Amino acid sequence: MPCGGARIDLFLAAIVIGITNGAFIALIALGYTLVYGIIELINFSHGDLFMLGTFACLTTLTLLGFATEVGIGGTPWWALLAAMLLAMAFCGTLNVLAERIAYRPLRKAPRLAPLISAIGVSFIYVNLGLLWQGPTPRRFPDLLPQYDFVSQMFGLETLVRFTFKDLFVLGLAIPLMLALAWVIRNTRMGKAMRAVAQDSEMASQMGIDVNRVISFTFLLGGILAGAAGLMYGLYNNNTVFTLGFDAGLKAFTAAVLGGIGNVSGAALGGFVLGLLSAIVITFLGGQWDSVGVFSLLVIILVFKPTGLLGQGASD
Amino acid sequence: MATRSRTLVVALTALALLVGACGGGAGGGGASTAKTVKIISSLPMTGASRTQTVEIVNSIKMAIDETKITNVTVQFEALDDATAAKGSWDAAQEAENARKAINDKSVVAYIGTYNSGAAKVSIPLLNQAGLVMVSPANTYPGLTKPGKGEANEPGTYYPSGKRNYARVVPADDIQGAVAAQWAKDNGAKRVYIVHDTQLYGKGVADVFRAKAKELGLAEGGYEGADKADNYRALANKIKDSGSDLVFYGGIVDNNPAVLLKDLKAVVPSIQFMGPDGINCSEFLKQAGPAADAKTFSTFGGVPPEKYTGKAAEWLKNYDAKFQNKNPNPYAIYGYEAAKVVLAAINKAGDKADDRATVLANVMGTKDYDGVLGKWSFDANGDTTLTQFSGSVAKGGSWSFVKELSTK
Repeated sequence: MPCGGARIDLFLAAIVIGITNGAFIALIALGYTLVYGIIELINFSHGDLFMLGTFACLTTLTLLGFATEVGIGGTPWWALLAAMLLAMAFCGTLNVLAERIAYRPLRKAPRLAPLISAIGVSFIYVNLGLLWQGPTPRRFPDLLPQYDFVSQMFGLETLVRFTFKDLFVLGLAIPLMLALAWVIRNTRMGKAMRAVAQDSEMASQMGIDVNRVISFTFLLGGILAGAAGLMYGLYNNNTVFTLGFDAGLKAFTAAVLGGIGNVSGAALGGFVLGLLSAIVITFLGGQWDSVGVFSLLVIILVFKPTGLLGQGASD
Repeated sequence: MATRSRTLVVALTALALLVGACGGGAGGGGASTAKTVKIISSLPMTGASRTQTVEIVNSIKMAIDETKITNVTVQFEALDDATAAKGSWDAAQEAENARKAINDKSVVAYIGTYNSGAAKVSIPLLNQAGLVMVSPANTYPGLTKPGKGEANEPGTYYPSGKRNYARVVPADDIQGAVAAQWAKDNGAKRVYIVHDTQLYGKGVADVFRAKAKELGLAEGGYEGADKADNYRALANKIKDSGSDLVFYGGIVDNNPAVLLKDLKAVVPSIQFMGPDGINCSEFLKQAGPAADAKTFSTFGGVPPEKYTGKAAEWLKNYDAKFQNKNPNPYAIYGYEAAKVVLAAINKAGDKADDRATVLANVMGTKDYDGVLGKWSFDANGDTTLTQFSGSVAKGGSWSFVKELSTK
């Protein structure tokens, strides 16, 4: 029924949607991959930490008096900034605490032990969320301008939309990822992180405070989850205490897809997942979303077991 | 910590002894035929459905409180068939609730479920135990009606060969059809049908689809959509299809409010219609301004503001007790379900604690004069009521438009 032109239209629209949705997944996936890269722990509570991040933003915005809609032009940037910084601090601190209490004592234990304690922390977070915002989904205030660049700035009538919300998400997510890459590559702490990732015993012999480095890694992961929390809330205007499970699963998949432990891989994996999901929904239908995504994961892992950018288990 | 928990144990033991002693005293002091029976409800009390299920439970409690049955004490326990991990009904939890009811010999009736998919799990379990189940909210036709669902339905749910399940709400073979008719009356030309891939959602969507085809409405698309963070890709597809109405078959737990919001962002003029699964305050609260005058829903019966006679009286009592003038549509069904069960227990007399007698009495309900009007259960356990209403979103609540029929 739709002609060839409309198909390209749909395809481009799916690409834009996929990139924005992929940005959330990528930010959460970074938290998985950072921790895995350093201590080879799959931190299953990370998705739920992100959920608590959305709650921290919601509570902050409510306290500041922005629980209801604000129209175009009325975006309270200072409140958004405050909510984001608070959520980042909150999630970062919580993640560091979780590491100190639930993972550090088990560092020398068999691998499965910290994995189970991570699942335990995940349950604690979920129930904390349940206690905090209740069992029903909560509406997140719609505070960003409703502006579509494609139709309103360029006057084009197409299916492709690039709204201010998309710009907001990408404009925040991409600099955060670049900043993370810079920290890892160029700072003393980043160098120490890489050293601990390669050989923590040797690093400790060389005078690196391994515990401090690991805490710092959890802090970084938490900060990214907190930022993702604000973006998710403002973008989807909805949050619920069960959000973390699906988000965590998707992000974990993205991290594995990109090569777990590899920072650029996690970001790439997130975008690939978001794009694939949007394309599958557009051309095959919503019920094929998970099937498509996980089929791709299986195919990639069969041909490249270390993921897209992974380098094998030796390091 | 150790001291505290010991104190708690001591306190609990003392309480248990006290309760045990009281129970024994009452039993010994009362007439020799005094009996204690129990009604259990199983509804999703965690997740988006909670607002409605709390109202249903309140309704059931109200019915039990105000009904005195000679020589019978009726106890009530509300179970949750949702889990925190899922945030919505869970098949394993529903099965556990059914088993709990079966194993407690004092239980004579099971009020539930809210979701048709959950009923599919518990009906066969309770059926084998000969325990009656009355649903205040299941609308999937295949649970009771032959030829309206899959080929093996409804026989597959009743392994004992005897029916034990009845519902006080009219089913979706009527609801989906009246919705399609209403869509046509509203001027829809091309409809896009989305369902949440669950038994109830897909069921009502399929009925809508068949009726829409019969009425000559074009189909822009038909698909199942899993619960997602956002539905922007689907919204674009719907826009591309040129549809002027979207019918969503599903429940509020699966994020239809987000679908509506994403849809309105790309096609502000589109009509959105859904069944009773979205006819709740929760849906409108989540959708916010996206739920405009082109957002419609259908449900069995009439809304509270149109209640007359016994229903109006019920609403007055309900409001007095729970300070809620505008409960969601299922609250009154919860009351009716409980009343039917209580009437069956009352009729059983000396056999009030006999599951088979209560079962036979419930299933045999004829010309019951309740808050919903005068109605009976037919041979399938379906109510003889067929009334449906349509509402439109207005200022954050559902506002009555008209009664619906397929003619």
